[in-house]
Amino acid sequence: MQTKRTVFQSRVLPYFLLAPQLIITLIFFVWPAAQAIRQSFLRQDPFGLKETFVWFANYTRLLDDPDYLNALGATFVFSVGVTVLSMSLSLMFAVCVNRVLRSGRFYTTLLVWPYAVAPAAAGLLWWFMFNPSIGIIPYLLTFVGYEWNHRLHTGDAMVLIIIAAAWKQISYNFLFFVAGLQSVPQSLTEAAAIDGAGPFKRFWTVVFPLLSPTTFFLAVINITYAMFDTFGIVDATTSGGPSQSTNILVYKVYADGFIGLNLGPSAAQSVILMLIVVVLTVVQFRWIERKVQY
Amino acid sequence: MFKKLSMAALAVALSATSSLAATEVTWWHAMGGELGKKLEEIATKFNESQSDYKIVPVFKGTYPETLTAAIAAFRAGQQPAIVQVFEVGTGTMMAAKGAVYPVYKLMADNKEPWDPKGFLAPVVGYYSDAQGNILSMPFNSSTPIMYYNKDVFQKAGLDPEVAPKTWAELAAAGKKIVDSGAAQCGFTLSYAATWVGLENYSAIQNLPFGTLQNGFGGLKTEFKFNGKEQAAFWDNLKKLQDAKVFKYGGPGGGAETAPSFYSQQCAVYMGSSASRAGVINNAKGFKVGFAPMPYDDTVTKDPKNSIIGGATLWVLNGQKNAEVYKGVAKFFTYLSKPEVQADWHQFTGYLPITNASYEFGQKQGYYEKNPGSDIAIKQIMRGTPSDNSKGVRFGNLTQIRDLIDQQFESVLSGKKTGQQALDDAAKAGNAILREFEAANN
Repeated sequence: MQTKRTVFQSRVLPYFLLAPQLIITLIFFVWPAAQAIRQSFLRQDPFGLKETFVWFANYTRLLDDPDYLNALGATFVFSVGVTVLSMSLSLMFAVCVNRVLRSGRFYTTLLVWPYAVAPAAAGLLWWFMFNPSIGIIPYLLTFVGYEWNHRLHTGDAMVLIIIAAAWKQISYNFLFFVAGLQSVPQSLTEAAAIDGAGPFKRFWTVVFPLLSPTTFFLAVINITYAMFDTFGIVDATTSGGPSQSTNILVYKVYADGFIGLNLGPSAAQSVILMLIVVVLTVVQFRWIERKVQY
Repeated sequence: MFKKLSMAALAVALSATSSLAATEVTWWHAMGGELGKKLEEIATKFNESQSDYKIVPVFKGTYPETLTAAIAAFRAGQQPAIVQVFEVGTGTMMAAKGAVYPVYKLMADNKEPWDPKGFLAPVVGYYSDAQGNILSMPFNSSTPIMYYNKDVFQKAGLDPEVAPKTWAELAAAGKKIVDSGAAQCGFTLSYAATWVGLENYSAIQNLPFGTLQNGFGGLKTEFKFNGKEQAAFWDNLKKLQDAKVFKYGGPGGGAETAPSFYSQQCAVYMGSSASRAGVINNAKGFKVGFAPMPYDDTVTKDPKNSIIGGATLWVLNGQKNAEVYKGVAKFFTYLSKPEVQADWHQFTGYLPITNASYEFGQKQGYYEKNPGSDIAIKQIMRGTPSDNSKGVRFGNLTQIRDLIDQQFESVLSGKKTGQQALDDAAKAGNAILREFEAANN
């Protein structure tokens, strides 16, 4: 495939055009990341009056800490849960909307709406609906004989934050899936139909493989989202409890660093979190990409 | 004539410069809602009482948020002159020697009257260093008390005028309440695993919370709250929870505790004496009784004083204009006035900070007119404070409290026994203490 190429006459102009994005990246991503790395090798009092260089003490202590290992496990369950739930639901919605001819746009708008809700507000919403004493959902669940209490039951708490975080992400995934579905040539599905493939078979053998670039991209985005961007939801619903069951890595970074004012270990945690996401992304691009049909 | 004129001109000039030069003193605080309004009223009244200084109160969110904001501002060189820090942050503030301008020194440097003996001893003991110097200005201190629903007590066949005195009596009353259907739950605790359910439980039963006089003796302290008495207490709460007598209302302050008392779901609520105004406003349609915290008669026959919570005002170093500190000192003198203190105490339910303001209230007849309003005072003043009941002082206590909350939850969900949970909490807490010690040595 031939790609379009623009040749700049001036040597300065391309850099100038790139500058805004580069400056933003440097100030908001690279600089704080560098600060976190520096901080993670230090032991400092909260006010920053004294600091000692402690090499890897913050890291070694973390790896001995059962709470930290617990947070790793919780993060794994959480991010897989969020990714699978939000992607499968949004794919389903996208397929449904794609079949609706006339009111598709209307449904699209409705489905994209939740994306505008701030994580803390979304968290509060779920907090109300699932509140063990006043919430509607625990009340309804009593009719099927289930006693919902995410204050005490670790499983309930995990389900709650997965639902809340996935709900938020459905809109985003949905948009990409709709766009992806629309780019699947009609002729292919029609040809399959003529060959006698039913709707189910058509979807799994024709449409879904063609969607794989979108699916792959969304998987990366969703895992990153679940690992980094869900702190507001956890804070508003479970605050990491009960007994640490929903204390995911990003929330632990916040709780230890900003509430506990324990900056060194907290910085070490955020560096590890950063590494995890870097590794995951590289793995995904190197290995999974090969199986993806672009 | 000329003399008179020049005097007048001088007076005008002086007043003009002084109003121009009113030094602004920033005060970051964590008092929202009604309390915040009252706090601003105090600042306004002080500003009106003189023209040299202007106190500017700024609401910065919850206690932890305010502390975090102040620390971040200090690191950036933008700190306020005064910051309100909750009692849990005391250990952190005391260790930050370069950041804090101790209040006893501030008052002496600015030649303001300062009488440490005028303050209530249990309050001021919490905020004094090993030499007995007061490091921060006591402002809003409270202590947990018991609120109970007299109507529910009546319905359950209990005497509404007699509150349970011991935890055993409370459990029996709670069982009666639940069995009779008078309410869905017997009692609920705010700060169930920390301030009320562990720190105050230990103090009242005279059990150590940590070594070195609960941390008052230095940074080498270690946690001792995993005693068999505390473990038994937690196991008992778990048992009571299973019997629906006790209801857990969430970690930290327990967001669901007070509402379940207001809605008459729970018959008894234990929380800060500063909840008094809120309880009276929200207890619609039922009569509220006030009582001291219950004690555990299997552990002690002679309950000690309870310990305080709430916050004090810390002065931060590094203001460029030295006049600011003069203003702070003047403001603190104003704050200690009996009538100012008594007004704040009576409006909010916080403890009167000085003996004089307590006496002021007595002279007014406030406590007779408002039965139950002096329970908190009597509770912190009873007996002689022991090393275990003076208070608790640990670095990074905010983080440690979270740990304890989580361990308590694993007892309630049946994953651990009280002893296992407290042992684990003490172990993890000690690791944090060692880190704090290392960072501050």
